[in-house]
Amino acid sequence: MISITVNGIKRDVEVPGEMPLLWVVRDELNLTGSKFGCGVGECGCCTMHIDGVATRTCVLPVSAAAGKQIETIESLSSDNSHRVQKAWLAEQVPQCGYCQSGQIMVASALLKKNPNPSDSDIDQAMTNICRCGTYDRIRTAIHRAAQEA
Amino acid sequence: MELDALDRGGFLRLAGTLGAGLVFAVYLPGCGRSSTSSSSAPFAPNAWVRIAPDNTVTVVVNKSEMGQGVATGLPTIVADELDADPNLLKFEFAPADQQYIDPVYGAMITGGSTSVKDMWMPLRTAGATARAMLIAAAAQQWSLDPSACTAKNGVVYHSASNRTASYGSLTAIASGLKVPTNVPLKRPDQFTIIGQQHQRLDIPQKLNGTAEYGIDVRVPGMLYAAIARSPVFGGKVKSFDPKAAKAVAGVVDVVQVSNGVAVVAKNTWSAFQGKNALQIDWDDGPNANLTTEALFAEAEELARTHRGELVALSRGNTETAKGTVVEATYRGPFLAHTTMEPQNATADVREDRCEVWAPNQVQQRSQQEAVNVTGLPLEKCVVHTTLLGGGFGRRLESDYVREAVEVSKAVKAPVKVMWTREDDIQNEFYRPMSVNVVRGVLANGTLTSLSHQVVSQSWLKRWHPQWLKNGVDMLSMAEAVDAPYYVPNFKATFIDHEHGIPVGSWRAPDANWNGFVTESFIDELAHAAGKDPLTFRLALFEKTPRAAGVLRLAAEKAGWGKRQGAGIAQGLAVVFWGGSYAALVADVSMVNNMPKVHRVVAAVDCGTVINPRIVEQQAQSAVIYGLSAALTNKITLERGRVQQHNFYDYLSLRLADSPPIDVYVVPSKESPTGVGELCTPPIAPAVANAVFTLTGKRVRQLPFSDALRA
Repeated sequence: MISITVNGIKRDVEVPGEMPLLWVVRDELNLTGSKFGCGVGECGCCTMHIDGVATRTCVLPVSAAAGKQIETIESLSSDNSHRVQKAWLAEQVPQCGYCQSGQIMVASALLKKNPNPSDSDIDQAMTNICRCGTYDRIRTAIHRAAQEA
Repeated sequence: MELDALDRGGFLRLAGTLGAGLVFAVYLPGCGRSSTSSSSAPFAPNAWVRIAPDNTVTVVVNKSEMGQGVATGLPTIVADELDADPNLLKFEFAPADQQYIDPVYGAMITGGSTSVKDMWMPLRTAGATARAMLIAAAAQQWSLDPSACTAKNGVVYHSASNRTASYGSLTAIASGLKVPTNVPLKRPDQFTIIGQQHQRLDIPQKLNGTAEYGIDVRVPGMLYAAIARSPVFGGKVKSFDPKAAKAVAGVVDVVQVSNGVAVVAKNTWSAFQGKNALQIDWDDGPNANLTTEALFAEAEELARTHRGELVALSRGNTETAKGTVVEATYRGPFLAHTTMEPQNATADVREDRCEVWAPNQVQQRSQQEAVNVTGLPLEKCVVHTTLLGGGFGRRLESDYVREAVEVSKAVKAPVKVMWTREDDIQNEFYRPMSVNVVRGVLANGTLTSLSHQVVSQSWLKRWHPQWLKNGVDMLSMAEAVDAPYYVPNFKATFIDHEHGIPVGSWRAPDANWNGFVTESFIDELAHAAGKDPLTFRLALFEKTPRAAGVLRLAAEKAGWGKRQGAGIAQGLAVVFWGGSYAALVADVSMVNNMPKVHRVVAAVDCGTVINPRIVEQQAQSAVIYGLSAALTNKITLERGRVQQHNFYDYLSLRLADSPPIDVYVVPSKESPTGVGELCTPPIAPAVANAVFTLTGKRVRQLPFSDALRA
C-alpha cells in the first residue's frame, strides 16, 4: 500500500512501488487528463507538478512521489479560470489537444517560478513535444498569461 | 470575459458531458419526430442538426476531429445557413452508420483534406432547411405567411408586429411540419458566421483534462492489454511461454491473437510489464533479412529497367524534345506518423453485441473489423469515435480496432488495447519509400519537356483498389502528375515496388514526397536556365492562375529577391493539394551543416474560408509536421527490423526550433477546399532550395541530416 496526495487529497493505492505515477493516476485514480505519449520522459504529455516542480511522470516511480504534493491538470480549474487556461483559450492554442495538459502544466510551473519569462526562458522551459505544431501560439499564450498576473 | 461568453454558450456544459465518461449521445434518426408531442424533444429535421428547447443547436459531425478543426468547421457551415446563434452551437460525433457517409467517398472517411469540401453543400442544405421550417413554424404560430418573417441569430422575427420567437420555442411546431425540398441557399455575401468564426468549439474541454481521447475510455469491468507483435513484418508466432508474463503482478491472462500475443492485465503498466516478460519464438518469415539499403537498390533497378512501368499521364513527346537535358534521381525514406496519442482501442464483445470506442478516421472499417472478428451482424456492432490525439493518416487504418475486438472476444470482458510508443513506431503503415527519376529539357532557357518516374509501393491498391485508374495509383503520383506547371511535352509514370513493408497514407499522400522532388527539380531547372526560381515558375503557371496568385503573394510578403540578413537565403516552393494552392518562402541559414529555418511565409488559396484562425493553424501545423520529418526523420530496416524506437531516435521539432510562420490567405468566393495537409509538401523543398543557394549543394534525398552530413 502506498499513500500519495493528489490534488490535495490523500489516496491509498495497492500498486507496486515501481509503477510510474502516470499510470497510477490514470488507471487507479481515474484522473485521465495527464496523457501517455512516450513512456521514456521525452515528450512531456504526462507532466504533473511534484511539490510545484513540473515533472514527467511516465518515468517517475510512484514510490518516489509518496509524501509529496502531486498536482495534475485537473487541479488548475475545472472552469478554465486559471490564467494559463484563459491565455490558452484566448490564443486558441490546442489543435488535437493531446499534449496540451502537459504543455499547460509546464507553462504554469514556469510562470510561478518566473513571472515574466523571456522568449529564451520559454525556449528552455517548454521542451514538450506537440505533433500539431502549436508552438508559436504556446509562446504567445505564455506571454499573455504573464501579463495577466 | 471569454469564459462568460462560453458558459452562456453552453460550451463548458458540452465539455462536461464529454468528460463525464462514456455518455456518447447518439442521435437515432426518427426519434425527434416520433416524440413531437413532448415539449422537451429536440427539433431534428435531418440527420445533421438538432435544435433543443433550450435553444442549443447540436450539429452531428460525421468526420473525426484530430486537431484539424472539423468539429468547428462543419457546425459553422450549418449554423450560417440556419442563422443560428454561434454561441449556442455544439457538436457531437456521428456513429458508424450509412446515413453519415461522405457523399464523394461513399463511406465515412476523414482524409485527403476533403471534409469541408465534401460536406459543404449537404450541410448548407441541412441548415437552410431547418431555418425554413423554423420560420414556417413561427409564421404558423402567428397566423402569418412565412415570407413576412425573417431569422437572425437563433430568433425568428416579424418586424411589422415586433414579434419574436426563439428557435427553441418553436421546436414542437417545427417538428410537426413537412420537410421542404429545394430550399434556397444564401449568396456568399449573405454569410454572417462563415469567414467570421474565430473560436474553436473543442478547445474548452482540452484545457482542463476533460476531453476524452481513445486512451481515456473506461468501461465498467474493463481490462487492459498490450500485444507483442512480430519484430519482422509478416512474421508469425511459432510458440510462446506465458509463465513469466503471468507471474507479473496484475496480469490476468495471456492469449494469442492474429498478429501476436496479448497480455491482459488490471492496468496498463502491468500489461506492458507482462508483455516485456513474454517468451515468444517467432517465425520471421520471408522478410527476415530485409534492409532498407537493399530495397533502395531494388527500386533503382526497377527505375533503370522500367519493369512494370505504367503511364499515368502523357502529352506531346518527351523523347524527341531538343535542348539542354537536366536529369536527377531523388530518394525518399519511409516515415512514421507518430501521432501524439499512441494507437489504442477499446472493445466490449458480448454474445449478441459488440461495442467499440476508438480514435479512428474510418468508422465503417472499424465496424467491419468488429463484424469480421465476432461474426455478429453489422447493426449489432456499434462504433463510437472519440477525439483523436493526432491522425495524419495513420488512423485511416483499423488494425488496433481489430486487436481490441479479438482480445475482448478471447477474454470475454471489455478490453482496452494500448500501444507503447515503440509499438507505434515499429508497427506502422509507413509513408512509402520512393525513388524518383526526373528529366527536363530546356530550350533557350524555357522548359519544353518534363518527365517524372515514380518507383514506390502503392498503398491505395491495398486500401481501396477501386480507386486505381487503369491500374495506376494516382495518389502515388500526386504532385508528380498534377503539379500546377504546364509543360508542353510531359510524361509521368509509375512502377509499383512491392516489398512487403506496410505503407499507408501520410499527411498529403503522396504529394509529401513527390512534391519535394517536383519543387526541388523545378529549382534545379531554373538554376540551369540561369533564371530566378520565382520568374521561372510564374512562366509555367499560365494555365493555373491560382498557383501564380499564391506564389506572387508569398514572394511579396517574404520580400523575395531582397537581402534577408547575413548568412540567410530564401527558398520557395508551390503545391496543389486537396483542391487548394499554397506557396511557401523559407528564410534559412546553415548551422553545423544543417539548415536552420528562421521564418516561413505561407500564402494559401483554399477558396471560401470557413474559419480564418483554423486555416492559419493548419498551415502552421502542416509546415512544422513536414519540417520535423525532413530535418532528421527516416525509418530504416536491418534484418527486417525497424531501427527506430521512440522520440529519442525519431525526433520531433520542439518549440525552441520552430520558426514563426506567417500565413496569408487569398480572398476568394470559390467553394471551399482543403487546408489540413496543404502546407506539408512544400516546406522541405523550400528549405532545400535555400540550402542550394547557401551551399551549392543540391539535396536529393531526405532527411537533411543524411543529405548534408554524408
